[in-house]
Amino acid sequence: MSVIEIMFWFLSVLALGAAVMVVASKSPVYSILFLILTFFAISGHYILLNAQFLAIVNIIVYAGAIMVLFLFVVMLMNLNAESEPHQKNKWLLYIGGISGGSLLLVMVAALKKVAATNQLVQMNNGEVGLIKNLGIKLFTDYVFPFEISSVLFLSAMIGAVVISKKEG
Amino acid sequence: MPVYYYIFLAVALFSIGVIGVLIRRNAIIIFMCVELMLNAANLLLVAFSKMHHQAAINTNSTAASDAQVFVFFIMVVAAAEVSIGLAIIVMMYRNTHSVDVNFLNRLKN
Repeated sequence: MSVIEIMFWFLSVLALGAAVMVVASKSPVYSILFLILTFFAISGHYILLNAQFLAIVNIIVYAGAIMVLFLFVVMLMNLNAESEPHQKNKWLLYIGGISGGSLLLVMVAALKKVAATNQLVQMNNGEVGLIKNLGIKLFTDYVFPFEISSVLFLSAMIGAVVISKKEG
Repeated sequence: MPVYYYIFLAVALFSIGVIGVLIRRNAIIIFMCVELMLNAANLLLVAFSKMHHQAAINTNSTAASDAQVFVFFIMVVAAAEVSIGLAIIVMMYRNTHSVDVNFLNRLKN
């Protein structure tokens, strides 16, 4: 087993275990910390695929900005394990788990044939994920969506201010 | 690495996100599970990008870089979505003093 395979399995187990703990943990603060761990594991996968730009952006935007915003809101509301709303109807828990598990089962059964094609993913080299190539792509072919996304951010900023403003 | 490892990993992450949305009642955790599903899709896009890059490496050295630009735009949209969504959750908490999504069924009447 090569180093890349060991890293792949380690990061996969880390991502799946932390994702299960996001759903399972009682306190919202622990959920957020486990979600940050999941994002770091996914960033590790990006580094393994040599998508360096996306790995750094994933850490900065997701683990840095978005999760700090979540943590800030949870601490602002002073949520903890005691104030956590409990699912009173146990049947809904079972039904939710069974439906999600069936989704996993159906997807795996439908995608089982892909395993036979044996397409390989390029690991640990290749220039496609480097900043130079993505930057050229972003500012030539995708420059219009890039500018549109700035308008999206402006409207999101105005929307957040308008929603959270006390009326009256 | 064969591509189906990445497919099954992303499907498993997506299913965990779906289960979280279905069984939890805390609005913030439901929102975090949506982020988890977005990340599973991102991981799959990057894996497919590298798969097609591997297939076309002899003809075009920057083949299939569009998928990684798409992932960048998904992250942009997710950041905007989180800012609005958390503003709505804070607004809901201010009115009901709870983050339980079942309180929202008062929208029915």
